[in-house]
Amino acid sequence: MIELKNLTVTYQDKPALSDVSLTIREKAITGIIGPNGAGKSTLIKGMMDLVKKNSGVTTVDNQPLNNVRKNIAYVEQRNTIDLTFPIKVSETVLLGTFPKLGLFHRPKEKEKQKVIESLKQVKMEEFGNRQIGELSGGQLQRVFIARALAQEADIIFLDEPFVGIDMNSEKVIIDLLKQLRDEGKTIVVVHHDLSKVTTYFDDLIILNQELISYGPIAKSFTTANIKSAYGDSMGDLMIKGVND
Amino acid sequence: MIANFIEGLTKYEFLQNALFTSVVIGIVSGVIGCFIILRGMSLMGDAISHAVLPGVAVSYIVGVNYFIGATVFGLFAALIIGLVTQHSKLKSDTAIGIVFSSFFAAGIIAISFAKSSTDLYHILFGNVLAVTQSDMIITVVIAIIVVLFVIVFYKELLVSSFDPVMSQAYGLRTQVIHYALMLLLTLVAVSALQTVGTILVVAMLITPAATAYLLSNRLSVMILIASTIGVVSSVVGLFLSYSYNLASGAAIVLTTTVFFILAFLFSPKQNLLIKRRKAIK
Repeated sequence: MIELKNLTVTYQDKPALSDVSLTIREKAITGIIGPNGAGKSTLIKGMMDLVKKNSGVTTVDNQPLNNVRKNIAYVEQRNTIDLTFPIKVSETVLLGTFPKLGLFHRPKEKEKQKVIESLKQVKMEEFGNRQIGELSGGQLQRVFIARALAQEADIIFLDEPFVGIDMNSEKVIIDLLKQLRDEGKTIVVVHHDLSKVTTYFDDLIILNQELISYGPIAKSFTTANIKSAYGDSMGDLMIKGVND
Repeated sequence: MIANFIEGLTKYEFLQNALFTSVVIGIVSGVIGCFIILRGMSLMGDAISHAVLPGVAVSYIVGVNYFIGATVFGLFAALIIGLVTQHSKLKSDTAIGIVFSSFFAAGIIAISFAKSSTDLYHILFGNVLAVTQSDMIITVVIAIIVVLFVIVFYKELLVSSFDPVMSQAYGLRTQVIHYALMLLLTLVAVSALQTVGTILVVAMLITPAATAYLLSNRLSVMILIASTIGVVSSVVGLFLSYSYNLASGAAIVLTTTVFFILAFLFSPKQNLLIKRRKAIK
């Protein structure tokens, strides 16, 4: 179980998130939704200690974050990656094995085998030799997910993995995430498309600079919660498949 | 001409020293240069190489080897740039500009107190033919440190250059890596000062690496190509400088430029000529 207490983040004196406390259930897929600027990405960055925060403590099974970092894979938004970097697909996935290798150990046969396996799981095994800049958005996203697989982490955070990718890639990814959940992994996904919420997620966190609700879909994904996140008129438009 | 150069090599120790030092500097500046351009720190390389100037002056005044003073000031500049960037709303290129020009100006004044103007000329533009035995040894030691560091921490350098966010997420101390690289960059900049001078050091760091960047799609290959170009340019530049009595630094730098232009025109990554041909059709 991931537990977050009192996360507050401000960007240049403007509040991005105020006093968010929540728990994330293990062995489930949890979605994070909210309007633009709601602080969805900030929430996972704050949980991972990747942004300057005013307050907030993350623990995983009562262990401090720094003890369990290697066991968390973080798949950031694709647009933050330098696609012209001289690196091939297989080497990109190999990076996923670095956290557990630690300093002074070089990747060997075992790690290379892991790379091949991970690429197979995302159906990208034929692309190992490509430079990453030659891939489409969806292919690239699958490569980064393969990298998370190679890390063999029990917790996977994904920031907007479905933005700007093809349907096929989206299906490959969501099927894989569900399979990983069934194998016992804890998965947290920042997402923007309300129509997929009920099919993709088990639990849902709804945000708009503060926490509006969290918990199982049936409890969290309600008209009232969506309206209070997106505003009344927007809320009406976005409600589809929402529990009343 | 070449025979003349080779004959000179067998006859003059100063030329042997110059060639050896140039080759070593060609290697290390290529290696470090790759990380500098991949991490978007070209301007930082320029800044540090200029900021070492007051250190050289202070070393002359105090009477220690200029490597010491220069390294101290280079690091000092890197720290101040970091502080100004973190504690103000200025973007880092602005902070870099302010800090390095101030250091450089202070250096020019300090040098005029320390020694004659010919020395300033050598520091600014390099004078590889005057390399001493002890400078040579220090250069080799620096080269060994740099190459070992890159080999031992290759994994960490790769991941933190490519994806700093992932590195931080899994607990890599990216700040430590940054300052370690700054230290190495300073050491390389100080040693390259002998061959090309402070003003042109940045060219040794950036041009071979940028050329290699256009020619490779793996970091390890890029490093090898950059070092090779660094070495070949140093040798060719030194040859031209000796044969035609040109400034050694300028000759070396222009040789790297020729490589860059060739790569720019013909590299498969760049594809400039092919694109043009298609456009004409």
